[in-house]
Amino acid sequence: MTLQANAMGTPTRRLDGAPKVTGTAPYAYEQPVKNPVYVHAVQSGVARGTIRSIETVAAEAVDGVVAVLTHRNATRLADVGDDELAVLQSDSVAFRGQLIAAVLAETPEAARHAARLIQVTYDDEPADTELRADREDLHAPEGEDPPDDRSRDEFAAAFSSADVRVDQTYTTPMLHNNPMEPHTTVAVWDEESEVRLTMFDSTQGVHVVRSTLAPLFGLRPEQMRVVAPHVGGGFGSKGMPHAHNVLAGLAARAVPGRPVKYAVPRQQMYALTGHRSPTIQRIRLGAERDGRLAAISHDSVEHSSTVKEFAEECGKPTRSLYAGAHRLITQRLATLDVPVPSWMRAPGECPGAFALEVAMDELAEACGVDPIDLRIVNDPELDPKTGHPWSSRRLVECLQEGAERFGWAARDPEPGRRQTGGTLVGMGVAASTYPCFRSPGSVARIEVTDDGRYSVRIGAVDIGTGAWTALTQIAADALGCDMELVKLEIGDTDLPHATVAGGSSGLTSWGSAIVEAARILRHEHGASPRVGTTVEAETPDKPRGVAVHSFGAQFAEVHVDPDTGEIRVPRMLGVFAVGRVINAATARSQLIGGMTMGLSMALHEVGVMDHRTGHVVNHDLAEYHIVTNADVGDVEATWLDDVDPQANPMGSKGIGEIGIVGAPAAVANAVYNATGVRVRDLPITADLLLR
Amino acid sequence: MEVPITIRVDGAERSMTIDTRTTLLDAMRDRLSIMSPKKGCDHGQCGSCTVLLDGRRVVSCLALAVAHDGAEITTAAGLADGAELHPVQQAFVDRDGFQCGYCTPGQICSAVGMLEEAKAGHPSHVTDDLTGPIDLDDAELRERMSGNLCRCGAYVNIVAALREGTAS
Ligand code: FES
Ligand code: FES
Repeated sequence: MTLQANAMGTPTRRLDGAPKVTGTAPYAYEQPVKNPVYVHAVQSGVARGTIRSIETVAAEAVDGVVAVLTHRNATRLADVGDDELAVLQSDSVAFRGQLIAAVLAETPEAARHAARLIQVTYDDEPADTELRADREDLHAPEGEDPPDDRSRDEFAAAFSSADVRVDQTYTTPMLHNNPMEPHTTVAVWDEESEVRLTMFDSTQGVHVVRSTLAPLFGLRPEQMRVVAPHVGGGFGSKGMPHAHNVLAGLAARAVPGRPVKYAVPRQQMYALTGHRSPTIQRIRLGAERDGRLAAISHDSVEHSSTVKEFAEECGKPTRSLYAGAHRLITQRLATLDVPVPSWMRAPGECPGAFALEVAMDELAEACGVDPIDLRIVNDPELDPKTGHPWSSRRLVECLQEGAERFGWAARDPEPGRRQTGGTLVGMGVAASTYPCFRSPGSVARIEVTDDGRYSVRIGAVDIGTGAWTALTQIAADALGCDMELVKLEIGDTDLPHATVAGGSSGLTSWGSAIVEAARILRHEHGASPRVGTTVEAETPDKPRGVAVHSFGAQFAEVHVDPDTGEIRVPRMLGVFAVGRVINAATARSQLIGGMTMGLSMALHEVGVMDHRTGHVVNHDLAEYHIVTNADVGDVEATWLDDVDPQANPMGSKGIGEIGIVGAPAAVANAVYNATGVRVRDLPITADLLLR
Repeated sequence: MEVPITIRVDGAERSMTIDTRTTLLDAMRDRLSIMSPKKGCDHGQCGSCTVLLDGRRVVSCLALAVAHDGAEITTAAGLADGAELHPVQQAFVDRDGFQCGYCTPGQICSAVGMLEEAKAGHPSHVTDDLTGPIDLDDAELRERMSGNLCRCGAYVNIVAALREGTAS
């Protein structure tokens, strides 16, 4: 049964608002610790090879240096089969920027200075870092069976006999999450205590950090504690521990009893904390003259690293977004000498939807139908991937309502014709979709406390999503009480187990556990349970036989200066179908934030890899551009009045990622509509429009 | 080399002996445990570390502490009067002008400094009339706040908060 909404649905202000706007909410680095040691890391200067020598005497001689760690003296870690985490365990180098040494010192200045005095020589080998679709060593990701010959033949036949065909290739560059708070770990190793290793960590999941790292250090889970009360963004890059967490643990191990502080410098994040792989995507759409799809294919190529495989699965949105009898989706990877790719907001869906949704714009033009009508005629009754019914879809309504609000009727389907004051004006649309995941295994504990309140405990994390506030609202409604009576605790492995804040699954996974615990409390202990009464419940299983996804329609208006090619985006609008919105203020912020990041991807972001050195050369915020305030116009997000009872007990669906899915395509399609120049390679920059 | 300096932060006088390489930001965070200014890049590229230094907004990661003996610094923590938030802070809370909050103390110090600059008639890149008083429309607000990056993408809400803040 879906929960009755009282607190839910209101735009309640963030409960952590005052500490955030005064800067007094403590992030990882800001946890009060006594007598800390500061860590500064050294990265490899070559992309592949072996360390021949590493000279640390000069560094060790610097005043204030406590220790220098290299592969020669660092603690041996257990082999857990994840080479990204095998930090300082051998002399081999697998990508440029790999951690190869660290200085521990009494001050950050001494650590940084000493790190520069470390001399390293390498036996380097030629490195291979360039992703190309014509490479001969491309391979399917582990565990994925390429489509069989029959489906290939069927697709080929349907595509070649289609009335209208689009066959184009789209690319997106290497992208970097760049949360504003750099990845930071403060770690203490205590031989005397039952809890050997304590980490204050900037992470999207305290329990995953513990379950991943404890075995590495030979600890049982209860011998390690991870705390993350406030986290300065993550966007996927803090969804699992990376090498820096291990280095902090090694450093703590080297100076037992003293806290070590390790904030990854912004420049080092580009190689160490995950990134989105560049993608090369060929889309083929075969349709009838009215736009009805008969054949859809999406072949994507991404890079992965020799250290660890990660696949950016671009084909995912294409499996479910549109109807069409014949579908062929393939993915191949090139395993290169590059940093380890990882999750970045809507991994797979985001770059995949860029390619698919620009291709749909091209198809609309080829068929001479409106891009919105094209999406409407191809709206599938059932989920094409699973054949299951939708819990609710409502993409068509999102498109129609968006068209109305945005003034889509003013768009001239003929590109390059609309002008205001000498500026070219264009409009674009794209669809968004993201699955509603529910991760199993979160546990919520509710206790009746002696002040007449309810203590709600779950090891969830608020990375800026508003989880502090939204979970409190859910708990209040689940318990049938005022929000003031709920005392929520999150962000600590001392609390019951919780899954990662990622994949737009947080509220569904954690909230369902809280609702279940509240249900048990009321069922077993009635309306006024005795002080001290405690119940626990786990996230219930996800529904079967039904496809649960969030959907949305994104609109963009762009202005292009015909002389300079300068692109401005005065307006973006997203209309979403995301089930019940738990908190209208924080939800809107997340959707707008995703759209803003999508705008950034469309026009600004590109990680530039120098293939001679394997180096991400623009590794800071001056050279890797993300949108600034002046780049962003009016970005508005709204949603259909919706409750999806099949999604979860709150009736809500995920909202963290869907804002970025489709936004880059909407901008790209608007640029085409303004200029008649079809840019298929992101980012879209002024020079591309002047050719 | 170490030298003694005294700075006033949020009204409190703080004396210390400081490594001449230490930035004002690190002096506050690592020496004085004043954590309101954040470190996002340490290179003057993000604005997270913005404080008001003798009344003007500066990125404290690009200021060497030794060069600021005697300086008067206000952080976002010091803008609030106990539990009473500064109007700009209250507007950020009301308009949800942040998500993770990491860029926020810098945004707020920057906004307070920016409002003063506008009041004093300092033009920006988008100011048309260089002689008259500054009309802080959205374009002005966006331009003047562009030294403060927000990866959560709260810009539209930040502008809404400041629109409100400037109207009052
Ligand atoms: S930390 Fe000072 S500008 Fe980024
Ligand atoms: S609120 Fe997270 S970076 Fe601005």
